[in-house]
Amino acid sequence: MITLGIDIGSTTSKCVLMRDGQDIIASSLRVGGLGTEGPAEALAELWEKAGITAEDVDRTIVTGYGRNKYEGADGEVSELTCHALGGRWVFPELRTLIDIGGQDAKIISLSESGRMSNFVMNDKCAAGTGRFLDVMANILRMDIDELDECASKSVKPASISSTCTVFAESEVISQLANGVERPDLVAGICESVASRVGALARRAGVVPKVCMSGGVAKNGAVRRALAKSLETDIDFDPMAQYFGAIGAALYAYRQLTK
Amino acid sequence: MAEEVKKPEEVKKPRKPLDPNSAKYKLGKIASDAFATAIEAKKQGKPVAWVSSNFPVEIPETLGLATAYPENQAAGIAARGAGERMCEVAEADGYSNDICAYARISLAYAKLKECPEQDVAMPDVLLCCNNICNCMIKWYENLSQELGIPMIMLDIPFNPDYEVSDAEVAYVSGQFWDAVHQLEDLFGLKWDDDRFEQVTGFSCRASRAWLEATAQAKYTPSPFNGFDLLNHMAVMVTARGKEEAGEAMETLLKEYKENHEKGESTFRVEEKHRIMFEGIACWPYLRATSRGLKDRGINMVTTIYADAFGFDYNSFDEMIRAYCSVPNAINLEKSRDKRVKLCKDNNVEGLLVHTNRSCKLWSGFMAEMSRQIGKECNIPVTSFDGDQADPRNFSEAQYDTRVQGLCEIMEANKEAKEA
Repeated sequence: MITLGIDIGSTTSKCVLMRDGQDIIASSLRVGGLGTEGPAEALAELWEKAGITAEDVDRTIVTGYGRNKYEGADGEVSELTCHALGGRWVFPELRTLIDIGGQDAKIISLSESGRMSNFVMNDKCAAGTGRFLDVMANILRMDIDELDECASKSVKPASISSTCTVFAESEVISQLANGVERPDLVAGICESVASRVGALARRAGVVPKVCMSGGVAKNGAVRRALAKSLETDIDFDPMAQYFGAIGAALYAYRQLTK
Repeated sequence: MAEEVKKPEEVKKPRKPLDPNSAKYKLGKIASDAFATAIEAKKQGKPVAWVSSNFPVEIPETLGLATAYPENQAAGIAARGAGERMCEVAEADGYSNDICAYARISLAYAKLKECPEQDVAMPDVLLCCNNICNCMIKWYENLSQELGIPMIMLDIPFNPDYEVSDAEVAYVSGQFWDAVHQLEDLFGLKWDDDRFEQVTGFSCRASRAWLEATAQAKYTPSPFNGFDLLNHMAVMVTARGKEEAGEAMETLLKEYKENHEKGESTFRVEEKHRIMFEGIACWPYLRATSRGLKDRGINMVTTIYADAFGFDYNSFDEMIRAYCSVPNAINLEKSRDKRVKLCKDNNVEGLLVHTNRSCKLWSGFMAEMSRQIGKECNIPVTSFDGDQADPRNFSEAQYDTRVQGLCEIMEANKEAKEA
């Protein structure tokens, strides 16, 4: 059985095609989420990679912020359930998943058996999310993927407010003007995200094994700062940004085999 | 399953006239009469008091003083879509948008003296009690300054202990009689012990029926949609000391009992899940918040917010203790225990917390309290950002995701139990 998971987020669209809930046939990711061509482009890329068409898919589940607007799926499930499923599939012992996406951060607790038992999400503020890092990278005229390496050269991370993206933006500009080294600023920015998300995680309760998902998971500086803040190891898988789409494909498979 | 949720097109049907013998008609009439009666009293030159919601209603009712409730007015204004407009009037006068939106709306009304969405009679005196929140004191002090009228303060401070002490009862009792004497002096009113006894009887009758009606959610399925309570409670806020309130509440109780016996409910879809709602309603988005639950078969069967306005007592001492024990005046442990009881009595499967930007007191300790409730009752907990009256603090997409997540956990828990 072939199932398709589509995760339409606020900034990217991800697709994962699975066979029998066990193997990933193909995956795709395009920048552009809800309200853009991103979902259609990600799907087109997926068909091309997999060499099959939509007719070959037995069931499709859509998740993410764009789930309610997407009409090509057989059903929609929240990204909370999907990230929990996807994370547990990749890390079978997973108990705590930290997902930092484009506009929200969520901490998902899983029971021993792998069921999502609770979750905590950020409030409406975008501080501590991928959007926060986007804005900061933009000020520093850096690509988001360069932040990790730059932060690793830091000697003394700068202190950046985690209260508000707009305030932090002016703070970074001011520190730049005061001659603070770029690596120290970037490390401070990453620690700021970790500080905010760490507080959320402590509220939910952190039980190992812990992993990260979402686009920000790729940022090693944030991962390291979070691990230090929570005093626990945080696992990472290169497919972390696809956990929601994997979970959606797994959910579709579960429904077919129920 | 969650993904099969269908959101049917909203079709507005002409409303059938309500049966005058129904609880809904009676309660609606009492709630609207509460505003009209004060407006009429004002026209006749009688004094009117603006009263905070948990001020002992027995005082103005016994003295025959006409009343209006700014919290109730603000909720009505917000529910009818004018919250932002009124808040902006207050903000333009320098009030921070961090202040309670009820306060901002009320302060705006004090300036404008009109709001078509819910007019009230202008006051001659302010009756303030801080057992519901301390922001109330500054709100009423400012009203007093702006309008140039006296404010009578009944101080019931937050109680850090589990029980109400005799010292607190003595402290509040002294203020109770002082408030009575001040009102007598201000307006030439006369306290009458027989009338007081009658009023306390009305108040207790209404409270007993109200609390018993809300307790009918112990049945599965519940004989009512919990959002009904948010409307009906207006009577408990504004008119619990009136004879007709007791009669209307007893009708409500009778209807809920009948619903249970007939297997009917005002929750019009299959009740798949039962939750407790925590916090003041998000009035500007009442329909969206209600529908987000109903579309998934989630019935909000209980909320401390509704029960907060039921005061049952057998003596003056017990009455004072009741006013010292309203939800926002008690410590975390007692607050938690009351809610845990509600969850257990009503077979609650999940907790939805409104992180209300207006209510720092209530929302501030909810992070820890909801964690303790979730642990004690073994239920999932989620929260959403919103506001009781300022529509700028709510995101429907955020609400929807969190409710869906909660729903999916409750479904998975049920499936695990059945397996």
